[in-house]
Amino acid sequence: MTDIIDENEPTRRDFLYITTAVFGATGAATLAWPLIHQLNPDASVSALSSVEADISSIPEGGSLKVAWRGKPVFIRRRTKEEILIAENEDAANLPHPEKDAERVKNKEWLVVVGVCTHLGCIPIADKGDFGGWFCPCHGSHYDISGRIRKGPAPTNLEVPPYEFVNESIIKIG
Amino acid sequence: MNHDYEYTPSNGFTKWLDKRLPLMRFADENMLSFPTPKNLNYFWTFGFILTLSLVTQIITGIVLAMHYTPHVLMAFDSIEHIMRDVNYGWLIRYIHANGASMFFLAVFIHMFRSLYYGSYKEPREILWILGVVIFLLMIITAFMGYVLVWGQMSFWGATVITNLVATIPVVGESILTLLLGGFSVDNPTLNRFFSLHYLLPFVIFGVVILHIWALHVTGNNNPTGISVKDSNDTISFHPYYTVKDLFAYIVFLLMFSYFIFYNPNILGHPDNYIEADAMVTPAHIVPEWYLLPFYAILRAVPDKLMGVLLMFGSIAVLFFLPWLDTMKVRSARYRPVYKIFYFTFLISCLLLGYLGGQAPEGIYLFLSRVCTIYYFAFFLVVMPLLSRYEKPSAMPIGISNPAIDTSIEIDEVDGDLVPSANT
Ligand code: HEM
Ligand code: FES
Repeated sequence: MTDIIDENEPTRRDFLYITTAVFGATGAATLAWPLIHQLNPDASVSALSSVEADISSIPEGGSLKVAWRGKPVFIRRRTKEEILIAENEDAANLPHPEKDAERVKNKEWLVVVGVCTHLGCIPIADKGDFGGWFCPCHGSHYDISGRIRKGPAPTNLEVPPYEFVNESIIKIG
Repeated sequence: MNHDYEYTPSNGFTKWLDKRLPLMRFADENMLSFPTPKNLNYFWTFGFILTLSLVTQIITGIVLAMHYTPHVLMAFDSIEHIMRDVNYGWLIRYIHANGASMFFLAVFIHMFRSLYYGSYKEPREILWILGVVIFLLMIITAFMGYVLVWGQMSFWGATVITNLVATIPVVGESILTLLLGGFSVDNPTLNRFFSLHYLLPFVIFGVVILHIWALHVTGNNNPTGISVKDSNDTISFHPYYTVKDLFAYIVFLLMFSYFIFYNPNILGHPDNYIEADAMVTPAHIVPEWYLLPFYAILRAVPDKLMGVLLMFGSIAVLFFLPWLDTMKVRSARYRPVYKIFYFTFLISCLLLGYLGGQAPEGIYLFLSRVCTIYYFAFFLVVMPLLSRYEKPSAMPIGISNPAIDTSIEIDEVDGDLVPSANT
């Protein structure tokens, strides 16, 4: 029998090498995932918590800060003038255009996550050039609809999922 | 390097050992008889100081970990417990906290030394790159260590810095959650930071070994930047440099002691003695002093993603230094124009450090922008242009021969050293 060995033809040894490598890589990837995924929020953290807040005692122009998922949520009862200003400024030159109406369920109540969309500081109420909030960390100004107006933050303050359970209770989350 | 000298074991035991594990030979060749340029100045003592700084951090850190509790409800109290109850706890903590500052002070001097004398140039590129890797690891380690205190600055510094990750388009938010182990900085974050803060110094230790290995392959640069030619140019490391390094270290320790014993909190921020509160941001968030220049760069740009990119870019650009500055003449001593730009760069970095601590508005913001532009222009514009057009001044023949070298001429076009036509 004359066997002509073709140099380019894969050999049985190549097959063994490739099989070993594939098994090794699959095994490593299977093990890597638990090692990475353990870093993600655990069951106790991600059990999507919701909080309820009593808003009946907030006067007009007043606000409440509640903790939700380790972050503050601002609940603000806006005055008539503030609502008017927020709506008028829909037409202003907004870095992140959103109408005031899209950001509230009830004009009187503004509910936003009190975390600056720049790098996560908590903005201070009734400060800044636009009558809303001012973030002291790197100077972001938000208006009375929680919209970014000036400074490094790229987007408006986030509106969390919420609902009014009844006249005086609001449920966030 | 030329090794005309060879280690000879002196007694029966060392002869026996040398055939099995040549430990003494290794120590002798690398620490005692290692041929070192004879003209090194005090800027060359900082490598030694850095090595001991790392050892200091590791020893004090291991001891602190014996008394510290990485849990949000107990971390802050356990720090106070170390300060008040643990025997000499205050001393160990003050050494560790101020030691980090001293470590950074030394590494900045060490890096600016390399920048001045062209120590990053051929053949020391790998040595330099390993140095930048160490620097990056040091920043990450120090940042995580500061979070462990769980004071207001710890918490808000961690929040602001981890939020940088969220600027990565599309996947940023998911990576941030993965990093924090939650939706905000909380107990899982503190736990993993503790684990990593313990680990990373040992990783740094490993990279330092590679760094020194690379140093011992190429040998030291020296203030003239001229390569060592023969054994006339070198002296043995011991006793000449062991004693010089030790002397410098003692002076360094004197300054270090001033901070530990007389002013232990001056380099920190008082707000970090207030326990972390996720509902209240301090009026001014500032990082530790050694990160201020990078913080100033971050805030110099009004755009979030750009700011983050520039901040990381300011360190990333260091990796490319050996290929940005291709001038063959290493030392700034013979580069009159580079010298001017170098000192401007030094001042601009110090200024960035100052600006990083100020509110980002008005004149401060303007100056931050100017300095940021100069920071990048220095590496990306000045260096390549000078490599091409600068005419170096006359150089001595060698480390041991101060006579002006006429056998080489400097090619006016690209600064290459070429044999002169009249020899
Ligand atoms: C933990 C931190 C570090 C340690 C322990 C360390 C240690 C050392 C030691 C012992 C030397 C030799 C003595 C000397 O020239 O001073 C050295 C040289 C050197 N290091 Fe580092 N180093 C560290 C960080 C860095 C960093 C961050 C850089 C730059 C980014 C760097 C760049 C260099 C260069 C270029 C040399 C060669 C200098 C020369 O001999 O001219 N090192 N290092
Ligand atoms: S975190 Fe609010 S401006 Fe940067």
